[in-house]
Amino acid sequence: MATAPDILRIGNAQGFWGDRPEGPAALVAQSPDLDYLTLDYLAEVSMSILAKQRQRDPEAGYARDFLEVVSSMAPVWKAGRPLRLVTNAGGLNPAACARAARAILREAGCKGLTIGIVTGDDVLDELNRSPDKYPHLETGRALSEVRSSLVTGSAYIGAGSIVEALSQGAQLIVTGRVADPSLVVGPCLYHFGWKADDYDRIAGATVAGHLIECGVQVTGGISTDWLNIPGVDDIGFPIVEVSGDGSCVVTKPRGTGGRVDRATVTEQLVYEIGDPENYLSPDATVSFGQLRLAEDGENRIRVTGARGRPPPESYKVSGTYRAGYRAAGTLVVFGRGATEKARRCGQMVLNRLAAAGMTPQRSLVECLGSGDAVKGVATSAPIEVVLRIAISDPRREVVEYFTRQLMPLVTAGPPGTTGYADGRPSVREEFGYWPTLVRREVVRPVVEIIET
Amino acid sequence: MHVSLHQIARARSGDKGASANIGVVARSPNLYIYLLKVLTSERVAGHFSGLGVGKVTRFELPNLMAMNFVLTNVLGDGGGSLSLRSDAQGKALGQAMLEMQLDLPDELSSALVAETKED
Repeated sequence: MATAPDILRIGNAQGFWGDRPEGPAALVAQSPDLDYLTLDYLAEVSMSILAKQRQRDPEAGYARDFLEVVSSMAPVWKAGRPLRLVTNAGGLNPAACARAARAILREAGCKGLTIGIVTGDDVLDELNRSPDKYPHLETGRALSEVRSSLVTGSAYIGAGSIVEALSQGAQLIVTGRVADPSLVVGPCLYHFGWKADDYDRIAGATVAGHLIECGVQVTGGISTDWLNIPGVDDIGFPIVEVSGDGSCVVTKPRGTGGRVDRATVTEQLVYEIGDPENYLSPDATVSFGQLRLAEDGENRIRVTGARGRPPPESYKVSGTYRAGYRAAGTLVVFGRGATEKARRCGQMVLNRLAAAGMTPQRSLVECLGSGDAVKGVATSAPIEVVLRIAISDPRREVVEYFTRQLMPLVTAGPPGTTGYADGRPSVREEFGYWPTLVRREVVRPVVEIIET
Repeated sequence: MHVSLHQIARARSGDKGASANIGVVARSPNLYIYLLKVLTSERVAGHFSGLGVGKVTRFELPNLMAMNFVLTNVLGDGGGSLSLRSDAQGKALGQAMLEMQLDLPDELSSALVAETKED
């Protein structure tokens, strides 16, 4: 390791699988002094989608979109820029993802680039072996209830393996289910030489990671005052400038749209958290209670005061299981009494399913436009609503039958029924989420290195 | 003065398994002190009774003028992935929260009116 830098510049240009494809190349071009690019592709249920892909093809099971990013990064690395990239795009198959990335980089003439592969997060076999040890974290249900349908089980591992890959010279690191903030904590641990029990500093880096893990949500995206956010067409992806003491400045590249201010940063700090005194990550348990935000120039917010304690004894596991099938279809109902008409229309479909002996296990009718997306909070009587009917059932044929029951409403339903151009809804497999805990010693993260 | 929470606070929401959280951030220190008094977990539970919300837990972050509400199991058993709702992951709950109607005390009202005029 070279001398510790004063500041480490870490960006995020992929807040989730499906984020803006142009993001990574744009951020790298806009910030010539960026040290790290992090890309987050995994959400709770993404793993089940990847499992289906891997079933069809053993070389699949990772976020294929990431390979486009690799292509766009090739010229950057070929030009000798020392930028490093850390991503969880590996999903269920980091090794295959890394091999595919290597092939692209070789093709593009990037020679001698080191790629680190982090695996060991997959604990599906362990869950299958000892289901009694892995009850549902929220409901306490026994895993044996769904074990035969279990598809994935991934432990949220921490920054340690990323540090190891970096110390072996990796410039591109492809992981599976690493906790989102750990993508930022890893580089900080490595470059600043923090000890594994430097909990306040690690807490600071964890907060930095939490702030940028959802991409542009911290630079103006989904901000309460969104209509006043400038330049959302070209909203800049975020960068944290982390200092050796674990504090950071949140910012975005000059000339990009969006905004970084107290409001955007505070909103993202409280995004998807539980008890702010106990923000749990595999690297540290973080307290938000002493955090301080300060303006540090235009579109720059300094974040200090993170406090850390040892992380939990266990890793959180995100499991998924096959739960059946589902479909959701929509129609537009326009006209006087649109909500009432649409609601009756929805009931009509459910009645027809019942009459055919195809009552689904679960169903929901929403009249979107009338306030139904969050029932009971606010209602209105609009001139048009979107009728949305969603059903779920373990039997595929029930869901198939349902998808044929929407079109008939165009002639049998209320006047002003329209918006059917998209045709029948498709039947999708449904996956349930199984959060549980696994003892740390059961999980053995592994780092493998390959070269282009 | 009759106001909606939107005028005096910001909010952001998302999922935590079968539960959802709503972070509420006051637009000024005085408004935060007021919100600590009126925005009780009971009141929030009542606001979302239409969703069949059970337990609501409030956490306070005075350093950020923020509160975090955790709505246990509001997304239903099995979590967001099994929910049939359009808003399966509770992304709309923050906006729904801001529709809450409040009676703002006079001294805070006049400050709010003055601020709006400045804008």
